[in-house]
Amino acid sequence: MHFIVEPGFFSSQPVHVALTIGGVVAVVSAAVGIFTVIRGQSFAGHTLTDVSTAGGSAAFLLGMNPLLGFIGLSLVGSGTMDLIGVQRVRGRDLATGIVLGASIGLAALFLYLDTTTRATTGATQQILFGSIFTLDPGEVPIVVAFSVISLVALAVIYRPLLLATMSPDIAAARGVRLRPVGLAFMLALAVSVGLSSLAIGSILSTALLIGPAAAALRLTKRIGAALITAVAIGVAATWVGVLLAYDSYYWGSSHNGYPVSFFIVALTFLIYLASGLPARRAATSAPAKRH
Amino acid sequence: MTDRSQPVTANEPDVLRVEGVTVALGGRTILEDVAFAIAPGSFTGLIGSNGAGKTTLLRVILGLQRPGRGRVVVAGDAGNRRNRSIGYVPQKVLLDPDMPMRARDLIGLGLDGHRFGIPMPSKTRTSLVDEMLAAVDAERFANARVGILSGGEQQRVLIAHALISRPRLLLLDEPLANLDLRSGQEIIGLLHRIATEHHIAVLLSAHEMNPLLPVMDRVVYLAGGRAAAGTTDEVIRTEVLSGLYGHPVEVLHIHDRVLVIAGPGYPDAARLAAEGAGIELG
Ligand SMILES: Nc1ncnc2c1ncn2[C@@H]1O[C@H](COP(=O)(O)OP(=O)(O)O)[C@@H](O)[C@H]1O
Ligand SMILES: [Mg+2]
Repeated sequence: MHFIVEPGFFSSQPVHVALTIGGVVAVVSAAVGIFTVIRGQSFAGHTLTDVSTAGGSAAFLLGMNPLLGFIGLSLVGSGTMDLIGVQRVRGRDLATGIVLGASIGLAALFLYLDTTTRATTGATQQILFGSIFTLDPGEVPIVVAFSVISLVALAVIYRPLLLATMSPDIAAARGVRLRPVGLAFMLALAVSVGLSSLAIGSILSTALLIGPAAAALRLTKRIGAALITAVAIGVAATWVGVLLAYDSYYWGSSHNGYPVSFFIVALTFLIYLASGLPARRAATSAPAKRH
Repeated sequence: MTDRSQPVTANEPDVLRVEGVTVALGGRTILEDVAFAIAPGSFTGLIGSNGAGKTTLLRVILGLQRPGRGRVVVAGDAGNRRNRSIGYVPQKVLLDPDMPMRARDLIGLGLDGHRFGIPMPSKTRTSLVDEMLAAVDAERFANARVGILSGGEQQRVLIAHALISRPRLLLLDEPLANLDLRSGQEIIGLLHRIATEHHIAVLLSAHEMNPLLPVMDRVVYLAGGRAAAGTTDEVIRTEVLSGLYGHPVEVLHIHDRVLVIAGPGYPDAARLAAEGAGIELG
C-alpha cells in the first residue's frame, strides 16, 4: 500500500480539492466529448481551448478569477464560430480557423503582458498546465455549478442533438430547430473546455475532451454505453493522474514532482491505444485461422 | 395543371393537397403552379429527371421551404405542426460507421427524437421498435451499428424510423437511387405492403418510373417546372408529356416497360437520357 499511495494522500486537503474538481471536470468533458467526436467538432473543441487560454490570461491581467476568464471567452468564441457558420460543414473550417488565429494572437499578447507587467510568474504555467493542486476549496462550488449547467444543457438537447447529428434533414423535418440546438451544444462545449482549462490547463484540455470519448466510441456501439464508458475512463485517468502526481513528489531525491496534467493526458492516451486492441486482435486473428 | 384523379377511397379526405405551388430559388422558377392530391393509403410516384424539382417539392410539403405562391394542406393538421404527421426519408443520409447507434436505436429515435430530454426505456417503446423491425424485415441486423449496414438495409431502418410514429403520409426522396435492382424491388414491395396493410399513403420520388409501374396508383410527373398528376394511363401519354416538356415527345410501351422518347431537336434530350429520366433520343 505504501508504494502505491504515499503517506498523507487521503488526508491532504489539496488532494481532496484536486480529486473533487478533477472528477467533476472529467465527467463533463467526457460527456460533452462524446457529442463533440460524433459531430466531427473536435477541431472546434480544440480551438475553444486556445480561446480559453486567451480568456484565462486576460483574467490574470485584470486580477479576476481565471475560471471566469476561461469560460467567459470560450462562450464568446463559440458564439462567434456559430455566427460565422460552424454548423454548416463548409463554414466549419473557416469559422474555426478564424477564431483559432485570433485567439492565439490574443493569448500571446495577454501572456506577454502577464509576465512583463504584473510579475505574476506563475500565470503562464497555471493557464497552460492547470492549477488542480493549488485551487482554493472555495472554487469547488463554482466548478460544480458550471458543470451542472453544462450537463443539464446536454441532457435537455440530448435527443434533438442526436437526431440532428444523424441527419440534419430528418431532424429539420421533425421540427427540430437546428440552429438553437447546435448553438446550445457549442455553449455546453465552451463551458466544458473552460472547466478543463482550469483543472489541467488549456493546452491539455483537448486531451480530456477527446481522449476518453474516442476510446469509449471504439469499445461500445450504443450512445448510452459510450457516455458511461467515457465518463469512467475520464474520471479514472484523472484520479490516477492526481495520485501519481502526488506520489511523484516522493520519487527520486529532488522532491519536485511531475505535473498532474502530464499524468492525466498520458493515461488517457494509453487507454485510447489500449481500446484499439480488441478491434486489432479481431482483425489479425481472422487470417491466422487458416494455419 | 390540375389533378384529374379520383381518390382511392372515395369518402375519406385527402391526406395531402398541393394547391398551385410555385417556388423560385436563386431567381429561377423551379416549380410553377404544381397541384395534386394524395388519397389515404395510396401509392404515388413523383417522377422527374435530376434537377426537375422533386426534392424542392418534398421540402415544400414538409414545410422546410416556403412556396412563393400556393399552399399545402395536410390532413388533420393546420400550419406549422404539420410535419409531425409526415414520415420522411431524405435523399442522402450519410450514416457514419463510427456513430454509436444500432438499427433499433435509430428506429426508436423516430418516436421521440424531436423532443427535449433523455429517452426513457420502456416496455411499450421496446415492443414498438420490435414491431417496426419486423415490419421492415430488419430483425437480422437490429443490433448492428447502422453505419456498417448496406444501402438497402439502411433504407429499411430509415423507413422504420419514419413509420414508427404512425404518420398517415410517408415521403421518400429517391430511395432507389443507390440500390441494385434486387434491393430496389424489395424496398418497393415492402413499401407497397406497408401502404396497403397500414393504410399509409406513400409519395416516392424517382428519376425512373419503370420499377414503380406495378405498384403506383398515381403519378406526379415533373418536367420544365410543371407537373402532371393522375393515374399512369392518364399522365404517361404523348399529348400530356409533350405539353409538359413543351416539345413533342412520344410514349412507347414495350413489353412491361414505358419509354418516353423526345422528338428530334429537343435541346436537353441527351442530358435527360444520360440521367435516366426515361427520355431517349428518337
Ligand atoms: N437553394 C437553392 N438555390 C438555388 N437553386 C436551387 C437551390 N436548391 C435547388 N436548386 C435548384 O433547383 C432545381 C431543382 O432541384 P431539386 O429539387 O434538388 O431537383 P431534384 O430533386 O428533382 O433532382 C435544380 O436546378 C437545383 O439546382
Ligand atoms: Mg433530389
